[in-house]
Amino acid sequence: MVTNATSFSRSGLSDWIIQRFSAVILAAYTLFILAVLGATPELDYESWRAVFSNNPVRLFSIISLFALCGHTWVGMWTVGTDYLTGRQLGGNGTFIRLIYQSFCVLLIAVYLLWGIQIFWGS
Amino acid sequence: MILERVIDTVLVSIYRYNPEVDTKPSMQEYEVDLPEGKDLMVLDVLALVKEQDASVAYRRSCREGVCGSDGMNINGTNGLACITPLSAVGGPANKLVLRPLPGLPVIRDLVVDMAIFYQQFEKVRPYMINDAPAPAIERLQTPEDRAKLDGLYECILCACCSTNCPSFWWNPDKFIGPAGLLQAYRFLADSRDTATEERLSDLDDPFSVFRCRGIMNCVAVCPKGLNPTRAIGHIRSMLISQGT
Repeated sequence: MVTNATSFSRSGLSDWIIQRFSAVILAAYTLFILAVLGATPELDYESWRAVFSNNPVRLFSIISLFALCGHTWVGMWTVGTDYLTGRQLGGNGTFIRLIYQSFCVLLIAVYLLWGIQIFWGS
Repeated sequence: MILERVIDTVLVSIYRYNPEVDTKPSMQEYEVDLPEGKDLMVLDVLALVKEQDASVAYRRSCREGVCGSDGMNINGTNGLACITPLSAVGGPANKLVLRPLPGLPVIRDLVVDMAIFYQQFEKVRPYMINDAPAPAIERLQTPEDRAKLDGLYECILCACCSTNCPSFWWNPDKFIGPAGLLQAYRFLADSRDTATEERLSDLDDPFSVFRCRGIMNCVAVCPKGLNPTRAIGHIRSMLISQGT
């Protein structure tokens, strides 16, 4: 058992399931957006706004946003623990990885809160 | 008229490094004459090199693909030198590039320090755990249960798979690697083993099993034709049924 305090769920299995589950949600949301674009040949601000003032669309969007954030963290954490380590970068590896992880977490938090504000405020 | 006997030659480029003397590794080339009409194994070519230069170091023992000592990187692909014929080596004809197994510390030339590989193997407790009193003769298995171990028990721990696995290169201290996981599944699949739950909970962290990204280099290079990726998939399925 390898312990790790910064992985999404501390469990490899949970992270793995979250990664797959969020991927399915994101694929469904992508198809939905493509369908909206296909069904609206003359897309303008008003029609786009009308789509997102619909409550189920807002919920779907926010759920997809959560899925995107979880998916991103699992992925970025994995990349960081592969390449930004003491083994790859020498003595400063852990420090560099922690800076990178903090940056990712803050950026994801900003996108998440900002995204909720945009979807809910639309 | 004198007929000249045509003897093929092969240019062998070997990774040389003796940490006690050399500041950094280098490649040294040897021209080796091949006997006519014979498809030599890479290990035989190494023996011919050794006749020219006795200082070239490599491991070998059984010379028939059973002991797993002579795993090395042959023209970019890991394999056992003793069962890889020259005709099956990829890359340019008449050129042989031999390097040590990638990702492990080099002791000398083609000899690597396999300690970390064995530590990962040890982690999976590669022995049967069953605290029930042993029967008078042996613990029996049905032929069906025995068949589940086929494709798992044959591993000879040559390390060709794990040292060709990028996930193992990045995290050899945390990711168990294909060879260790194949053995982990060998005991998870054994009907006589009773420690399935403990074994699975030991593996449920983000590194031990889940660092496998399905690259399948292990399957491509295994000299025994085994499939560690499939075994890792089975472990994952067992973790899902136990953990959800």
